[in-house]
Amino acid sequence: MAAIDTVEIKPPRLTVGPLAWLRKNLFSTWYNIALTLFAAWLLYLILKPAIEWATTEARWGVIEANLTLFMIGLYPREQIGRVWLCIFILAALVGLSWGVWKNAARGFALIALGAGLSFIAIALFFGWGVWEDWLIAVATLLIFYFIGRYLPRGALITGIAWLLYFPLVFFLIAGTPYIATLPPVESNLWGGLLLTLLLTIVGNFGALPLGILLALGRRSKLPIIRYFCIAYIELIRGVPLITILYMAAVLLPYFLPIDIRPDQVVRAMIGFILFEAAYQAENVRGGLQAIGRGQYEAAHALGLSGAQTITLIILPQALRAVVPALFNSFISLFKDTSLVAIIGLFDVVRISRSILAQSEWLGTHREVFLFAFLIYWAFNLAFTYGSGRMEEALGVGKR
Amino acid sequence: MNTTAFWRDIRVLKIFAQVIFILVLALVAGYLYVNVTTNLARQGLTMGYGFMKNPASFGIGESFLSYEPSNTYARALLVGLVNTLVVSALGIVFTTIVGILAGVGRLSSNWLINKFAAAYVGVIRNTPLLLQLMFWYFGVILQLPGVQQAVKLPGPLFLTQRGVYMVWGEGTATLPAWRIFVFIALLSIFVIWFILRTAQERASIPLSPWWNLAYLIIPVLILLIGFVIEPEPPLQASIPELSGLNFQGGLRLTPEFAALLFGLVVYTGAFIAEIVRAGIQAVSRGQVEAARSLGLTAGQALRLVVFPQALRIIVPPITSQYLNLTKNSSLAIAIGFPDFFSVAGTVFNQTGAAIEIITIMMLSYLSISLFTSLLMNLYNRRIQLVER
Repeated sequence: MAAIDTVEIKPPRLTVGPLAWLRKNLFSTWYNIALTLFAAWLLYLILKPAIEWATTEARWGVIEANLTLFMIGLYPREQIGRVWLCIFILAALVGLSWGVWKNAARGFALIALGAGLSFIAIALFFGWGVWEDWLIAVATLLIFYFIGRYLPRGALITGIAWLLYFPLVFFLIAGTPYIATLPPVESNLWGGLLLTLLLTIVGNFGALPLGILLALGRRSKLPIIRYFCIAYIELIRGVPLITILYMAAVLLPYFLPIDIRPDQVVRAMIGFILFEAAYQAENVRGGLQAIGRGQYEAAHALGLSGAQTITLIILPQALRAVVPALFNSFISLFKDTSLVAIIGLFDVVRISRSILAQSEWLGTHREVFLFAFLIYWAFNLAFTYGSGRMEEALGVGKR
Repeated sequence: MNTTAFWRDIRVLKIFAQVIFILVLALVAGYLYVNVTTNLARQGLTMGYGFMKNPASFGIGESFLSYEPSNTYARALLVGLVNTLVVSALGIVFTTIVGILAGVGRLSSNWLINKFAAAYVGVIRNTPLLLQLMFWYFGVILQLPGVQQAVKLPGPLFLTQRGVYMVWGEGTATLPAWRIFVFIALLSIFVIWFILRTAQERASIPLSPWWNLAYLIIPVLILLIGFVIEPEPPLQASIPELSGLNFQGGLRLTPEFAALLFGLVVYTGAFIAEIVRAGIQAVSRGQVEAARSLGLTAGQALRLVVFPQALRIIVPPITSQYLNLTKNSSLAIAIGFPDFFSVAGTVFNQTGAAIEIITIMMLSYLSISLFTSLLMNLYNRRIQLVER
C-alpha cells in the first residue's frame, strides 16, 4: 500500500485586515515600496512645516476680524439685513425644492442644511451673534420642506419662485429710491462673496439664452448666420477672458450713447455674459449633435413648424443631455469671476488684497489667501456634490 | 409647375432671412460706429496706429529681447508678446510632464500616491488660478528668505525672495563643433532604429534583444570621437555664487516669472492629469487582457496597446488645455510680470488708444490660439485611427 504523500501546504497569506491592506496597497512590490517611501517623505517635507506654521506662527485673527468684509465687502453694515433676507428666501426655496422634487434637489438641500448647521456651530464656538440668523435660515429651510411636500402644483410654483428669485435678489441688494426701507446701494460697494456669487449667477443665466441662440445659429443651414456664429464663438474662445473684461470695462462706454454710462459691476456682467455665451454655445451644440435626425423628421411628419420642432422637441432633449457640461461651466465661471479683481471690483480676491494692506495685518498673505481658497473650494465641492446627486436623480445620460 | 407663392417659397425665405440678418447687423454696427466717433470726438481723440512709432518711455521689468524705454510702442508690444510666448512654451512643456505624472498617479494601485495625486487635482482644479498665482507670488516666493540666507537645494538651486538662481551652462569656443557631434549622435539613434526595424522585418525569428545595446554604444562612441577631436567641453557650468549682496553667475528667474510659470504649470497640470486618467481608463480592459494573452508583458501592453489608443482620446482636450495655459498667462498682470496683456495695458494708459490696443490684443491672442490648434490638429491627424 503506497503511502499517501503528504505535502505541507502553507496557510494562505493574510488577505484581510490592516496588515494585508498595507501590503496590498503600499508595499506590494519593490518599486511600490520605493514609491510609498518617496511619497511619505514628500508629505513629511510639506506637512511638517505647514502644520508647525498653522499652529504657531499663523495669525488667524485676520480672518475673524475681516469676516464680514470677506462676505459682503463694503456693503453698508446697517443694510446687512437685506443680505440676510436673500439668504432666508434662498433657504425657503431650497426647502421647497427639496419637498417638491425630493431626490433631485436632495443633494443641494442636504448641503445647505449641513452648511447652515455648521455655521451655527462655528458662530456659537467663537461667540458671534450671527448664529441666530443661521438658525432662522435652517428653520425656514425645514419649514418650507414640509410645505413643499404637501403643496399642490408644487413644481410649477417652485419653478416660478426660482425664476423670480434672481431679479428679486438684485432688487433687494441694489435697492430703490422709492422705498424708504430699501435705500439704493451703489454697486461699487457690493463686494466679497456677495459680488462673486452675483457675477456667477448673472453671467451663467444671462449667457444661457444667448448661448442657445448661438448654438442653433452655428448649426443653421443659412450660411451667413452660420458663419457669423462661428466667427463670434471662435473669436471669444480664442482670446483670454481678461481681455474681454477689459474691453467691457474700458471700451464699452465708447460704444454707447453719451448719456448711458453703466457702472463697473454692470460692465463686468456684460463682459461675462458675452464671454460665457460662446462656451455655453459649444456645450449646447454638443447636445444638439447628440439628437438623431429621426427626431427632426418625426416632428416634421407630425406637422410641427421649424420653431416648434426646436423649442418643443429638440431643445428639451439637447439641454438635458448637456446638464453636466452646463454645471461644469457654472463652476469654471465661479472661479473666473475672480478676474474682476484685475479691473478693480472688490470680489473675494480683491478683498483679500485690500485686507493685506491693513496696517495691523501686514504679512498675513498666507492666512488670507488660504481662507479665500477655502471659500472657493468649499463652494465648488458643494456644488459638484449637489449637481452630481441631481444628475443621478434625473438620470442624465441613462435614459 | 411650381404654384407656391414667392413669400412662402422656402428658398426665397432663406435668402430673405439672411438679408434681414445682414441689415440688422449693419444697423447695429452703424449705430456703434456713430457712437464711437462722437465719443472719440468729444474726448479729442483720433483713431489710427500712428502712435506706435512714438517712444514708449516706460520700462519693462524683464524681457527676452533687448529693450529700452526710448524704443517705440511697437517694440514694447513685441517684447511683451515674446514674454508671453516664452512663458507659454515653457509652461506647456512642464505642465505636460506634471500632468502625465499626476494622471498616472491617480491610476496607481499605491494608495498613498493615488490619494496624493487626488488631493492635488481636487484642490487645484477647484480654486481660481488668479488666487493661486497670488498665493505663490505673495505668499510663497516673496516670503522666502533674503539673498544672504537663501534656501539651498541640491543643484545648487537657490530660492530667495529676489528670485530663483540656478546653474546654467555658458557656451565655450567649442560649442559649435559639439553641436554637430550631438546632432550626429542623435541621428545615429534614428539610423539604428531604422536598420534594426528593417532587419526584424526580414528575419523570421525575433532578433536578439542584445541588439538594443547598439542604441547605447554607438552614440557614446560618436561622442567619444568628438571628445578626441575637441577635448574642450562645450559648456562651462556657471554656478551662482554669493558675492556681496547678490548672486553672481548662473541663471536668475525673477520672482514674477518663477511664480507665473510655477502657478500655470501646477494649475494646468491638474487639468491634464484628469484628461490623462480619463483617456487611459477609456481604453477597455479587454484590450489589456487580449494583449497579455498574446504574450505581451505588462509594460509592453501599456506602451504598445493602451497608450496609442489613449493618446487619441487625450490629444484634443489637451490641446484646449494648452490654449488655456497660453490665455491664462495674461493673468501675469496681477503679479507684475510684463506679459503682452500687461504691456498693452500700459500702452493704453499712456496713449488712450483703447480701440487700437484692444484690437491688437485680441488679434495677437487669436493668432497664437489658432497657430497652436493648427499644430495640435496636425499632430492629432497623425495619431488618429485610420479607418477604411
